[in-house]
Amino acid sequence: MEATLPILILALPLFMFLFIGLFGNKMSHPVAGWLGTLGMGTTLVIAYTVAFTYFFGGSPEFIAENGDRLQAVIFDQTWLAFTQSLVIKIGFLLDPISAMMLVVITTISFMVHLYSLGYMRDHHGVYEHGFQRFYAFLSLFSFSMLGLVVATNIFQMYIFWELVGASSYLLIGFYYVKPSAVSASKKAFIVTRFADLGFLIGILVLSYYTGVFDFTSLTSVPAEGIADVYQVSTTTSEGIRSIFENSAAPTFMGASVLTWALVLIFMGGMGKSAMMPLHIWLPDAMEGPTPVSALIHAATMVVAGVYLVARLFPLYLMETAALDIITVVGAITAFYAAMVACAQVDIKRVLAFSTISQIAFMMVSLGVARPDFHEGLGYMASMFHLFTHAMFKALLFLGAGALIHAVGSNDYTAMHGLRKQMPITHITFLIGCLAIAGIIPFSGFFSKDEILSSCLGESWVVYTWMSAVAALTAFYMFRLYYLIFWWKEHETPQGHHAPKDQPWTMTTPLVILALVSCVAGFIPFGDFVTWNGEPYDFMAHFDWSVAGVSLAVAIAAIVLATVMYRKENSLPAKFKNAMPTLWRWCSKRFYFDELYMFITHSIIFKGICKPIAWFDRAIIDGMMNSFATVTNKASEAIRPMQSGNIQSYVWIYLIGALLLAGITMMCLL
Amino acid sequence: MDFLQNIDITAIFYIVPSLIMFCCGVYGFMTRRNMIAILISLELMLNSVDINFAVFNRFLFPGQLEGMFFTLFAIAIAAAETALAIAIIINIFRATKNIDVRGLDAMKF
Repeated sequence: MEATLPILILALPLFMFLFIGLFGNKMSHPVAGWLGTLGMGTTLVIAYTVAFTYFFGGSPEFIAENGDRLQAVIFDQTWLAFTQSLVIKIGFLLDPISAMMLVVITTISFMVHLYSLGYMRDHHGVYEHGFQRFYAFLSLFSFSMLGLVVATNIFQMYIFWELVGASSYLLIGFYYVKPSAVSASKKAFIVTRFADLGFLIGILVLSYYTGVFDFTSLTSVPAEGIADVYQVSTTTSEGIRSIFENSAAPTFMGASVLTWALVLIFMGGMGKSAMMPLHIWLPDAMEGPTPVSALIHAATMVVAGVYLVARLFPLYLMETAALDIITVVGAITAFYAAMVACAQVDIKRVLAFSTISQIAFMMVSLGVARPDFHEGLGYMASMFHLFTHAMFKALLFLGAGALIHAVGSNDYTAMHGLRKQMPITHITFLIGCLAIAGIIPFSGFFSKDEILSSCLGESWVVYTWMSAVAALTAFYMFRLYYLIFWWKEHETPQGHHAPKDQPWTMTTPLVILALVSCVAGFIPFGDFVTWNGEPYDFMAHFDWSVAGVSLAVAIAAIVLATVMYRKENSLPAKFKNAMPTLWRWCSKRFYFDELYMFITHSIIFKGICKPIAWFDRAIIDGMMNSFATVTNKASEAIRPMQSGNIQSYVWIYLIGALLLAGITMMCLL
Repeated sequence: MDFLQNIDITAIFYIVPSLIMFCCGVYGFMTRRNMIAILISLELMLNSVDINFAVFNRFLFPGQLEGMFFTLFAIAIAAAETALAIAIIINIFRATKNIDVRGLDAMKF
């Protein structure tokens, strides 16, 4: 494949960022907005072309003779050459997951660009302050995210990983005059940065022992080892297995180097994908504009952790201990986030916790994926869920944005009964809810069902656990839905406009994403994305009993939500009063923020930082200050000698001369 | 006046008055308040040093004239210096109507 189109995919958003960022203030607001949207639209077309060529082009570069999909490095340019072996490259890797991510990112990004044209202005049509800056940052984010998914080596991924973190920081803090937005952006940056420390150490450990950075060599080599372990075929050619021999022998605290490296790399993914206990930044990140939440904190950036694990999946298969850790972390996070989502008032917070929960689903799915069970179904299910979740969660966020824009508040208490005022938003939001709850035939049903099937392959405990989380998902989403659109008739507060559906720039993305959520489940995803590129017909292995159970569970949860929240009644209050402690813990997010505050402020700041600061001020600075003080005092003391009185100088001179003469005489005699 | 003929004139006969002159100059320099008087004391010190130059030349290196010439130079320079000092004193007097050295401590610290 020619490198022109792939380069354009990265270059266009970067150019748009620079152009709008530098000259945005010279243009009018709509010009900047439409220019950004147009740029993203062009990128979308190019990305679709590239993905289409990859999946359907039939080129021998992309598909083997037996139908397996291959990894293709389109170009790989040296970026920094430190030494002969330490060379960092920037390239473009095309394989099933990166092609799939190109489609997801450009689609959602384009929708968000379009949507923001309507969202980032008030009811009188006045554009928000910093409108051009907003579009510049959106382009920067799109560029970074696209660079991340097409990374050919782990260092390129790390570079773009930090870039998405930076653009996320900029966009969360977009309303920089709001103190809560500023602290949320700082929190997001610091927490993910802390996790990235683990990622970096993991990269260094891995590359120190293997000596390679590029994903192709990293993942093709263990594929051979996996073939021995799991007795399955792989598509990879002869590799150099010796690069892992160095890392097998040394151990640290009872685990091999490879395990440590993989767990540390997963820590980076935990930070970005908001896995417990590093999830605390994501709910606060909702301080950013809602389109940003849809793009970055629901659909694309937060799944970077899942993508990272998927990218290195053959390596993880070498160390099932690391995969087990991923499963446990994911399962706990999924349940925790679902519990918290049931008790939030802010609709964006509910969606944020729902995102955490759904990403945890993807993680669990990767964690339980094994080649000897349905040919690695979990991997495919995870990527499938990533795809469908990106669409319906972006839909839900954009719908929430439309509601917030119409009502002017984030709380459902200000909404209630909006179904008549905002019909388009209502229908699309309902489709999003049905999709996330896993109702046939919406997209979430298929992907979630694949995940549950693969969980069953690992153990029934994980399966039951995740089914419970799926039920909770259906419950809290429909609780949210009913509280926004039903519960009681809408009352517009005095002096407010009655809420109505938003302009076409905002409703079009909703309708498109809702349509995608309706049909995406029927994509034969196994034909496109599997862990080893070998097509897998999941409909042939479709487990109808699992599907039936999950469907029944979801419907039961929806019925419960309907009973509790459809019409105004006292049932929710009764439930709340029956379990006050649980309710309080859920609504306070199990006091995680308070725990972090305690650890950082009471232990780290007071216990460690303050003594060190004291040492710095008292000992280090004190030493320097005492030098200055002594010099100063001595100068003050001898200053009167310079009295300006000539005769006193003569006295001193005379005494000095006599003394010298006396000393000389003493010496001579 | 016979005893005078018996006395051998040695260097000490010159050095002691010169020393007395010098000490008078130092004493005057340190105790007098009038700047003209201080200048005169300074001249006294210079002259005593000049005497020493001449005497040591005469007694230690007879036949050579370096000391003598040095004395002549010192006298010339002292004259120039005196002119300068007088000029300064006149200017100070114009500025402060006073040539008491105790009042002149502006050039301190």
